[in-house]
Amino acid sequence: MKIWKLGAVIATVAIVASACSSGSSTPAPTSGGGASPTPAASTGATEAPMGTPPTDPLGVVTIPPDEPIHIAQWGVLSGADGTLGTDSKYGVEIAIADRGGKLLGHEIRLTTEDGLCTPEGGAIAAQKLAADSTLVGLVGSSCSDETVGGIAAITAAGLSTISPSNTRPVLTAPDRGPEYAGYLRTAHSDSFQGKAAAEFVYNELGLRTAATIHDGSSYAQALQQVFADEFTKLGGKVLIQEAVSKDQTDMKPVLTRIAATKPDFIYFPVFVAAGGFILSQTKQVPGLENTKTMSADGTFTFDFVKAAGAAAEGHYISSPDFTAFGSEYQGFLEKYMTMFGTNPLSIFHAHAYDATNILFNALEKVAVQGADGTLYVPKGALRDALYATKDFKGITGTLSCTPTGDCGAPVIGVYEITDKEMVKEGFPPAAPIWPKR
Amino acid sequence: MTHEQPAPQARIRTWFPVVRIGLLGGVVAVYLCLVGIVTTFNERPLIAGVLSLGEASLLLAWIGAGYLAARRAPGGTRPAEVAAGGLAGGLAGSLATLLVLVGSVVDLRSVFIHASPELYDLLTFGLGVAGSWIPIAVGALVGAIAAVVVALPDSLRRPLIGGFTAVVVMGLFAGLLRTPMLTSPLSGLARFLFAPDGLTVAGAVLVFVGVAAAVAIRGPLTARRRYDALPDRTRRALLVPALLVMSLVVLLFPISFGPFLAQVVAIVAIYILMGFGMNITLGLAGLLDLGFVAFFAVGAYTVGLLTSTGEFGLAGWSWWAAVPFAVLFAMAFAAFLGLPILRIRGDYLAIATLGFGEIVRILAGSDLLKAWLGGPQGILGIPKPIDVPPGHLLAGPVQIYYIALACAAMVAFVAWRLRASRLGRSWMAVREDEDVAEALGVNLVQTKLLAYMLGGAFAGLAGAIFAGLVGSIFASSMQLFVSINVVALVVVGGMGSNPGVVVGAIFLIGLPELFREFSEYRFLFYGVALIAMMLYRPAGLLPSRIVKRELSSPEELEATAEGGTSSPRPAAS
Amino acid sequence: MTLTGPGGGPAEPAAARPPGTPPVARGERASVRRIDRLTDLAIAGFLWTFRIGVLLIVVVGSIATLASGKYSLETWLDLIGNGLTLGSIYALIALGYTMVYGILRMINFAHGEIFTAGAFAGYFTAVALAGTGLLNANPLASLLSIALMIAVAMATSTVLAIGVERIAYRPLRTAPRLIPLISAIGASFFLQYTFRGLFGPGIYAYPDIGILGEEVPIEILNMRWVDVLVMASALLMMSVLYLFVMRTRLGTSIRAVSEDRDTAALMGIDANRAIVLTFAIGAAMAGAAGVLYGLKYTQVYFFSGFIPGIKAFTAAVLGGIGNVPGAMLGGLFLGLIESVGPTLFLDGLNVPSPNQLKDVIGFTMLVLVLVFRPSGILGERVARTRA
Repeated sequence: MKIWKLGAVIATVAIVASACSSGSSTPAPTSGGGASPTPAASTGATEAPMGTPPTDPLGVVTIPPDEPIHIAQWGVLSGADGTLGTDSKYGVEIAIADRGGKLLGHEIRLTTEDGLCTPEGGAIAAQKLAADSTLVGLVGSSCSDETVGGIAAITAAGLSTISPSNTRPVLTAPDRGPEYAGYLRTAHSDSFQGKAAAEFVYNELGLRTAATIHDGSSYAQALQQVFADEFTKLGGKVLIQEAVSKDQTDMKPVLTRIAATKPDFIYFPVFVAAGGFILSQTKQVPGLENTKTMSADGTFTFDFVKAAGAAAEGHYISSPDFTAFGSEYQGFLEKYMTMFGTNPLSIFHAHAYDATNILFNALEKVAVQGADGTLYVPKGALRDALYATKDFKGITGTLSCTPTGDCGAPVIGVYEITDKEMVKEGFPPAAPIWPKR
Repeated sequence: MTHEQPAPQARIRTWFPVVRIGLLGGVVAVYLCLVGIVTTFNERPLIAGVLSLGEASLLLAWIGAGYLAARRAPGGTRPAEVAAGGLAGGLAGSLATLLVLVGSVVDLRSVFIHASPELYDLLTFGLGVAGSWIPIAVGALVGAIAAVVVALPDSLRRPLIGGFTAVVVMGLFAGLLRTPMLTSPLSGLARFLFAPDGLTVAGAVLVFVGVAAAVAIRGPLTARRRYDALPDRTRRALLVPALLVMSLVVLLFPISFGPFLAQVVAIVAIYILMGFGMNITLGLAGLLDLGFVAFFAVGAYTVGLLTSTGEFGLAGWSWWAAVPFAVLFAMAFAAFLGLPILRIRGDYLAIATLGFGEIVRILAGSDLLKAWLGGPQGILGIPKPIDVPPGHLLAGPVQIYYIALACAAMVAFVAWRLRASRLGRSWMAVREDEDVAEALGVNLVQTKLLAYMLGGAFAGLAGAIFAGLVGSIFASSMQLFVSINVVALVVVGGMGSNPGVVVGAIFLIGLPELFREFSEYRFLFYGVALIAMMLYRPAGLLPSRIVKRELSSPEELEATAEGGTSSPRPAAS
Repeated sequence: MTLTGPGGGPAEPAAARPPGTPPVARGERASVRRIDRLTDLAIAGFLWTFRIGVLLIVVVGSIATLASGKYSLETWLDLIGNGLTLGSIYALIALGYTMVYGILRMINFAHGEIFTAGAFAGYFTAVALAGTGLLNANPLASLLSIALMIAVAMATSTVLAIGVERIAYRPLRTAPRLIPLISAIGASFFLQYTFRGLFGPGIYAYPDIGILGEEVPIEILNMRWVDVLVMASALLMMSVLYLFVMRTRLGTSIRAVSEDRDTAALMGIDANRAIVLTFAIGAAMAGAAGVLYGLKYTQVYFFSGFIPGIKAFTAAVLGGIGNVPGAMLGGLFLGLIESVGPTLFLDGLNVPSPNQLKDVIGFTMLVLVLVFRPSGILGERVARTRA
């Protein structure tokens, strides 16, 4: 009982005291028209006139000399999809390590927030981040759902976030709402991935009829729709579009129904669990033994190949084209293995690495060094600098950001699973079979 | 609960209970290791630079073993107690030693992914097999210390335990408190007490000394006893300023603590709303509804469809206009669902309602209804109730916080009035014994239906607020888990008791949200908490008096009748 | 459902209200009766509409689908065979639910996790066997390996279930029914996330067993040996269980305690032992089901058991709770509905992605059965309620 009372007293005092203070966690816009600080055209911090920290419509983060520069990675770090966010986190950590853990004379401090791959989870994670006045920039989120839920809070706080793995098209569409002002991404948009898949099937494989399956997730449903639309545009015919649920195990009824329409091709851009079941059971349904199958980047892990067993042979998966990455990618992979003791857990680590470096570059451009060693980061200028990224040499390619936040170099490759890839050491496949180089 | 000196246990002659406790403690400790709690929480310091949370959890298991064993030491003499504590702690540690030894021979990682070299290093301070004696030694040591503490006189023991607990609690809350305090006049204190995660060493010492002193100066029950000893009138007079302070705290909360905590509290408030509804359906009328989330979904989707500015919005109304419709549709839906199934008996009702909840969720996200309800893409672009520019005081979740609180207060009032009404008594009669109630003239179906509809109405309101909070609705949010959560928080808080619902929601919803860094193990703790609550406090945390009576044993009833803490008379015993 | 004792009697059909309901007060008699009658009419009308509606959908849909000729006989046989296999697994799990409910009147929410434990135990055994090469050496070795996997799984599940019963349920045996239910829910979460902590969130795939993947020589059936294995094992285990419950002394003691615990105690039956035995048997069935599931569907992970658990309880209720043959029937029925239902009923009505709605069909069936035949298809056998 005593602890409760003590706690209540402390809490009350803290509340009343902080309420009386002028500080509120949401940054109040300074009087409009305050000049943005003018960082010199050259990179690197400039000396401000003595005693005048910069002002910025979105607020300024003040970092005392002995405090670290605080960035955060947010995404799905737990749960069945936890490998996606963890893999991105590792990419961020490698980027930090490559800078020696320091930037502009300050240590870099990385914290993480778990968005749980749901909109509510993303909303809460975003609120927590938005409330932290020491943050300068964010890398995330992992799942598009998290961004949908959380981006409003982040933009409202003046922060900007670069996502390494969101692929939903609407997030960087020209008609996206104002709450997305603080959102950029280095990942590809699914409008590219679905299109690439359709072109591969129609042109490369020469097939004319297809069936699609999605798993009720917004990612899969949107992606298969893009595929369906593009395939139809090319002249193919989508015979049937079916759906399963994410945790379904028995796919035979769905596949049997699909088999009755006799498609040449089945496209199921789902996640690992459902994907494994679908692929392994496809071969058991009469009529589908020779049907070609393809899934998307959600299944680009060895877990999927293992789960599908023997049925994985001859299966296609689309994913960002790793061979289009720069030569530094090999060195990056080695660093990954050294630091974390495992092969990459997912596929967006390089995108996370690039996102972090874009952020660091922008920080170097806009941060203002005070005379006493304090660092000032104007958030609006930082955001502008991010959008102004041009010809940035990242691992995933030469990146330039569009006004709607698309920084990715969307080269999609289609990989084939041969028996070489069906053992752990052989995965991922070395090179895509399409597009041919 | 009073901690008396353990009376000389003439009955305990053997060391068997001690051994058993030690082994049990060891199993718990090894479990913590294998499940990964020790290694994962090792990243998170309790006292920065000194003790990590993972190490603390391990130590707590051993300390617990020592503590419990000391109280069961044969003979009951001081040396025996200390020996018992040490023995139990040592035994507990020995199981960890066993793990290290086995792990050095067989690679356990192919089965248990957390049996890693990192774990073994942690257990043996990096010495590997050579240091495998360390867990035994540490366990015995802390076990013996715990036993010594048990043996101390009250006046020493209580401050020690109080200080210790306070250090652990403050260490857990450190990160949460530090961030908002940094922007306040208390920032200097914040920097002193809290490292970015956990307590600083100085802070830990300060907290320990401070709380121990506070406990020592004023015994834990003095305040309670003095409160009970006061005459009724003074107590009521004290209530007013207490309520005032609480109201002040509640009103100022989001302003001081920022939008993140406001969001968490808003979600807690939404669950409280649903809890009030479930209190009527389950607490008063005894209907176990595991499909409660269906009405939540109806409310949320109604608001979404009526107010959204996106492609699925039908009318673009304001939130305030849409809410009454949300509540009405939820009620109608409850009537629609309730009519066929309310004649089904208790446990089957649970499964049938569970089925309904799932049906609603599947249909909402299905391709069949995609054109109207958005399918997996959901309904986006739901505007906030009050349109303010960003940076305004009421921007973001803060306005939802106030709205949710106001609604919760209103609903609490309605529920309170209903309880005392004729309808409320009919419900309780139906809950107790349907046949007798029917014989007394209560129309079973109508009564149950009304309870179901009212529960549904409150859930619909909660859904409407949720839609405003997140700004988008997805069918995947309407999981079975939400219904289970609501039932759990009602039972854990105290069935039929509205204050209990509030406490239950804070405990089961608020705390996990605050401790999101532990989200990997959130449900593990959740499950343990549920089991523990049911085993030790089945009436709930804040039970209503009736339920407490029903669930108390005869001895407890007698004690209460003679003037225990809940009686209005001054404590005479 | 009451706090202090079993709930009211079973549901009654709409028409038969007890005659001569005592009036409330003189003046209100007529108006109250009128409202009552109106409500009854509304309910009856609604129930009939519901019944007819579902019937219409089923009949019209089926006719349309069959008339369109889209699907050959082979296809239907495929779907039926698949449903029976799936249903066998449901049936095995349902047995545990039904027996525990029969004897304790408690929904054992953690039963799905007992199933998962069996699946994991089978997995690790299989991996160990695959490592020694025994798994695929020859058909006999494979069969023996499978038997070993099932045995290990049954043992693991049994031990786990007895542990859970001891810790989370036994102290609450005299508590009102809601309390053990919440405890069971807590146990379910605890076990799920324990598995996650111990084994990780990843998906584990059973190693390939050659002979199971081969097709049964009967052309029209299009089944593989694994399907035959699942159905045969399930049938065998259920028969053994049925004989056990009906013919042996221990089984009779279980039935006695299920019917009337106090009288059974008076007759000298150790109720505690009967209860523990029930848990053990149910768990063994679930553990075996876990291995069969792993053999057929290959993938297991920490959350595998949750949904089959719910489905299995649905199946148990469908067949009549407390009733062993009822659980079997319910399981098979549910499996069939899930497999054949969407295509048969909904395809003809041009419903897009009908297989997404298979659970909707399943739960609607459940509600139908509960509303119109509340004691399940074969009738329930639970403890008689006390006044």
